[in-house]
Amino acid sequence: MIETRKIVIDPVTRVEGHGKVTIRLNEDGSVAESRFHVVEFRGFERFIRGRPYWEVAMIVQRLCGICPVSHHLCAAKAMDKIAGVDRLTVTADKVRRIMHYGQVLQSNAVHFFHLASPDLLFGFEGPVDKRNFVGTVENYPEVAKWAIFVRKFGQSVIKAVGGKKIHPSLAIPGGVNKNLSTAERDILRSEVDRVVAWCADALELCKRLIHEDAARLEGFGTFESSYVSLVRADGAMDLYDGGLRAIAPSGAKIFDGVTPEMYDDVIGDEVRPWSYMKFPYLRSLGKERGWFRVGPLAQVNCCDFIDTPLAENARLDFKRPGGGKPIHATLYQHWARVICMLHAAEKVKELLYDDDLQGEELMVSGERRPEGAAWIEAPRGMLYHRYRVDDDDLVTNAKLAVATTNNNEAINRSVNKVAIDYLTGREITDVLLNNIEVAVRAYDPCLSCATHALGDMPLLVTLEDQDGATLATRARA
Amino acid sequence: MPEARILVLGYGNPGRRDDGLGPAAAEAIEAFSLRGVRTSANYQLMIEDAYDAAESDVVIFIDAAKAGAEPYSISAVQPATNVSAFASHVVAPELVLGLSGSVFGHIPRASLVGIRGYAFDFEEGLSARAQANLASALVHIRNVMIGRRMVVELAKGRALR
Repeated sequence: MIETRKIVIDPVTRVEGHGKVTIRLNEDGSVAESRFHVVEFRGFERFIRGRPYWEVAMIVQRLCGICPVSHHLCAAKAMDKIAGVDRLTVTADKVRRIMHYGQVLQSNAVHFFHLASPDLLFGFEGPVDKRNFVGTVENYPEVAKWAIFVRKFGQSVIKAVGGKKIHPSLAIPGGVNKNLSTAERDILRSEVDRVVAWCADALELCKRLIHEDAARLEGFGTFESSYVSLVRADGAMDLYDGGLRAIAPSGAKIFDGVTPEMYDDVIGDEVRPWSYMKFPYLRSLGKERGWFRVGPLAQVNCCDFIDTPLAENARLDFKRPGGGKPIHATLYQHWARVICMLHAAEKVKELLYDDDLQGEELMVSGERRPEGAAWIEAPRGMLYHRYRVDDDDLVTNAKLAVATTNNNEAINRSVNKVAIDYLTGREITDVLLNNIEVAVRAYDPCLSCATHALGDMPLLVTLEDQDGATLATRARA
Repeated sequence: MPEARILVLGYGNPGRRDDGLGPAAAEAIEAFSLRGVRTSANYQLMIEDAYDAAESDVVIFIDAAKAGAEPYSISAVQPATNVSAFASHVVAPELVLGLSGSVFGHIPRASLVGIRGYAFDFEEGLSARAQANLASALVHIRNVMIGRRMVVELAKGRALR
């Protein structure tokens, strides 16, 4: 009889929301399988049924406290189509865009500075009580200053157009409810140059930290994969809108220019019994080979160029070691993330000097339609919303596919790779625990979004044998 | 004496009835349009509030209180010296002050106003008793903490009560 042990790491710390990791060992102590479970069920797609469609953009942003704007704008884009609007006014489009770039800026700042960089600054095995943002404050005060100011600026952009830093109100079906005033614009203009400069400094810091430990970091949780991201019609990175592009590990295009209405034609969902989170896959490649990655690594890998100068130079530098082909190193997500953060800062600056944002034409109307679908590149990757509405203007069906769901298979594979590389003997070491969390954090700190979860989860670690009997438990505060 | 720069940070969840007392207070004070007073209403305190705090001479934190003095309590806030219990979803006033000093080099005088609340279920709208407490607190904040006594207390180096 083969004896197995199951090591469970629960919860995954410094990840917003909760997750659970199970590692099943063979009798010889080698890793048989690793699973990243999502055991929370939130139900947004269900309880939004019956709501008037014009409420949706305000409701769905409650899915997330770090990136509510992504859900707000994606839902609004879908509702534009239901309202019969295919093209907004120039002012409405650009006001939504500046909010989105403010969101990408502040959210990527949180992910990199607060949640990921402590691992790079202090080492994966650094003392737990220092390997956090407070440790950064104490030991790298200048970096802490960048972190606070860059995020604050992004939140200020959101508040300027949406009225609030978190859960703002801006987008309505067919347009927006306000423009950016000259007073608000001038305040932001006075700070944006410093933000761009500090994002560039953060990029140099990230590169230095990665290069100093390249031998380990390049292989950490790494494997080749396909990538999916929005790109503009001319191939430029476009985090707000565009056609969907999928590329193979070699960089060859699998598909390009796909519209949101074609989503179900190109992407399927697989359900597995041990997780509430689905496993999306590219239909043309099937369930076994069709999994893919989204997020900053995909956003940088999929585009042909970035239309802001500092970020474009950074992209060329990023891809140079691979000869221009996709970069697959999992932890290089953070490097790509900072490139996207820099790009967002440059786009905000560009828009702050665009007079269209003070335009007075904010709304367009059209003929009501029964269905609308849209997507956006959220900070963690491609986000898709689709809604069906009845003749009484009430939502009858909703589908929300969030970035972490798209990365589900990839997260599982990274966790398994780390378990194989770092499990020694049959001991659950602090090194193993934190390395697995580092792998998960490379993709997403925001599990509560992808799980569509409600409420709190008990914090319990369980070790089980092959029959499900509990061998040991471990609780975290 | 130069006019003091005052920051009002009201925090709490308006979607849980009286937990919204903090943001409600901040929004009411914003409507007063008092010179030298900036306000911020949010679900929770955030690390980024340390920047605004460092740019201020006085910070007034306002939160709902589930227990304690009615209609409100006022206490001095001291900067945290040990911030090892940091968590992004739980940022205390003391941590905001601690960070304003350690990162931005300035620690303002600070007070916490705890307005007594009674209903915290999942619903919008303050309870009648909480609204009355809010009204009382606003009178004191406007007339005493921000108005008449502020300059005097600042000169004495004391937190506002």
